[in-house]
Amino acid sequence: MRWLAGRTLQALLTFLVSVLLLFVLMRLTPGDPLARLEGDSQLSVEETAALRERFGLDQPLAAQLSAFLRGAARGDLGVSIGHYPEQVTSLVGARLPATLLLGGTVLLLNFTLGTWLGVLQARRRGSALDRWLSRLSLAGYAMPSFWLGMILISMVSVEWQLLPAAQMRDPLIAPDAPWATRWLDVARHLVLPAVTLAIVTIAGTMRYQRTAMLQALRQDYVRAARARGLTERRVIWGHAWRNALFPMLTLFGLWLPILVAGSVFVESIFNWPGLGALTAEAVATRDYPVLMGTAMLTSALVILGGLVTDVGYFLLDPRVREP
Amino acid sequence: MTGSLARALRVALRSQGGRTGAALLALLALAAVIGPWFLPDPSSIPETLAGPLGPVAAHPFGTDQLGRDVLSRTVSGARISLTVGVFAVAVAMTLGTLVGLVAGYAGGLLDAVLMRLVDAALAIPRLFILLLLVLVWDRIPLPVLILVIGATGWFSTSRLVRGEVLRLRGEPFILAAEALGASPMRIIGHHLLPNVAGPVIVAATLGLGDVILLEAGLSFLGLGVQPPTASWGGMILDARPIVATAPWAALFPGLAIMVTVLAANLVGEALQSALDPRTA
Repeated sequence: MRWLAGRTLQALLTFLVSVLLLFVLMRLTPGDPLARLEGDSQLSVEETAALRERFGLDQPLAAQLSAFLRGAARGDLGVSIGHYPEQVTSLVGARLPATLLLGGTVLLLNFTLGTWLGVLQARRRGSALDRWLSRLSLAGYAMPSFWLGMILISMVSVEWQLLPAAQMRDPLIAPDAPWATRWLDVARHLVLPAVTLAIVTIAGTMRYQRTAMLQALRQDYVRAARARGLTERRVIWGHAWRNALFPMLTLFGLWLPILVAGSVFVESIFNWPGLGALTAEAVATRDYPVLMGTAMLTSALVILGGLVTDVGYFLLDPRVREP
Repeated sequence: MTGSLARALRVALRSQGGRTGAALLALLALAAVIGPWFLPDPSSIPETLAGPLGPVAAHPFGTDQLGRDVLSRTVSGARISLTVGVFAVAVAMTLGTLVGLVAGYAGGLLDAVLMRLVDAALAIPRLFILLLLVLVWDRIPLPVLILVIGATGWFSTSRLVRGEVLRLRGEPFILAAEALGASPMRIIGHHLLPNVAGPVIVAATLGLGDVILLEAGLSFLGLGVQPPTASWGGMILDARPIVATAPWAALFPGLAIMVTVLAANLVGEALQSALDPRTA
């Protein structure tokens, strides 16, 4: 219990420091986010000054920080510049479900297909299959996701007309259509972005699972299981794999940043209405409050992922608890 | 230690992956250096607008919508990508090694504060830090781009180096040097630095691929290398509207990114397993 409280406190502290870092980064800009408007002939000096006051940019930095932190604690991250006057929190909240759907699907693909392939590689260590799977997954890892997305769109959507190239829903399908129709529609839109992200990220899962499985296969209990005459399938999946799953917990924590960063490109290529596309939009319109919001949410997710991983180890693996 | 590094390099180059990767990187670097002498000017736009032309003998990779030669743009993109990659990684490794050495050797409060900061920085994906930094410039100059990418890439290296230093600090040769009255500067520079070189070189090679992908991504968003300088990410951005009708304009720069990153990762992995056979 003491350990758990300490670890949670540490996570909170890390988050606080990363918010501080983000705040400093934002204000590193010469002038401030509104400095660009100053050259704009449409706005008079008085108007920019008024805007500055409106956003609190005329205050000293420490006052701005404390105002920002107080707002953030209430769940208020300020107002978007690009989507004025919408709140950053409501923008982010509206875009979160699409990203969770895409990210969740990719995680699922990674942890099913990726684990299976990793186990396969470990069982045939050193074979041609093992080598080629490694090479292929590394090639996927080396591809820029936006490029792969473009290529897939031009082949699957434009050339073969198989799947939609953009958005999450077909606007021609009525919102009151039967749920099966609507779900199928979303699923069809989900295929290409999910496959793109999975191809560029699956190498990590495969590699990790392969290493963990190789280690598990060397253990005595695997030899004992074989000696007892269990079927190979029982030995692999029932004995070795169950223990090779533990290290995969670590991967879960490492995943989140990769998925979020990857989704910036993939979502904007596919016009997927999620946080990644929102971030890309915010970049294009220099919408600092929104960028700050998505960056904060991402780092919160990353820290939470690390915390969940550690707690998972603590609960599942008694060896971690022993001093 | 430099002897064992040289040995690791030899072992790495003997492995199939390491050899393939190193050969590919050498080929790319060669093309980047001597290519411009043999190829048409990458930014020259023909007087009569030719539009995107498919691959022909005069333009093996075709031309883009402005009639510019995709092959010579890809080769000049290699110049940019490799330059950004090598220098940004050098900046990141220098910073990471310095911070790691100081934090690990000094210990105490300095170490605690530095590592807290590194933890927090590691929690923000590098792309987001880069986006916030790069947005400051309307048209970011190349040296600044290199510095900024390098400045966001040292966090995990500093952790790595610090770990190595903590492991080495109790070793007899360090204790002996301390007993003989060597200054902290001498111990760090003369005894610790050579011994962390191996892991840092592995991190640098693996980091090269990441940096090339990041630079391509930033350029694709219009925030990295600025036109008319040809960069792979920028070429893919330009080719986006014509990808259905003229796929070659996007295909070749993307393949170039893939081959370069793959080559760097192959060399990095071969080095890693040569230095630490357990990971193979």
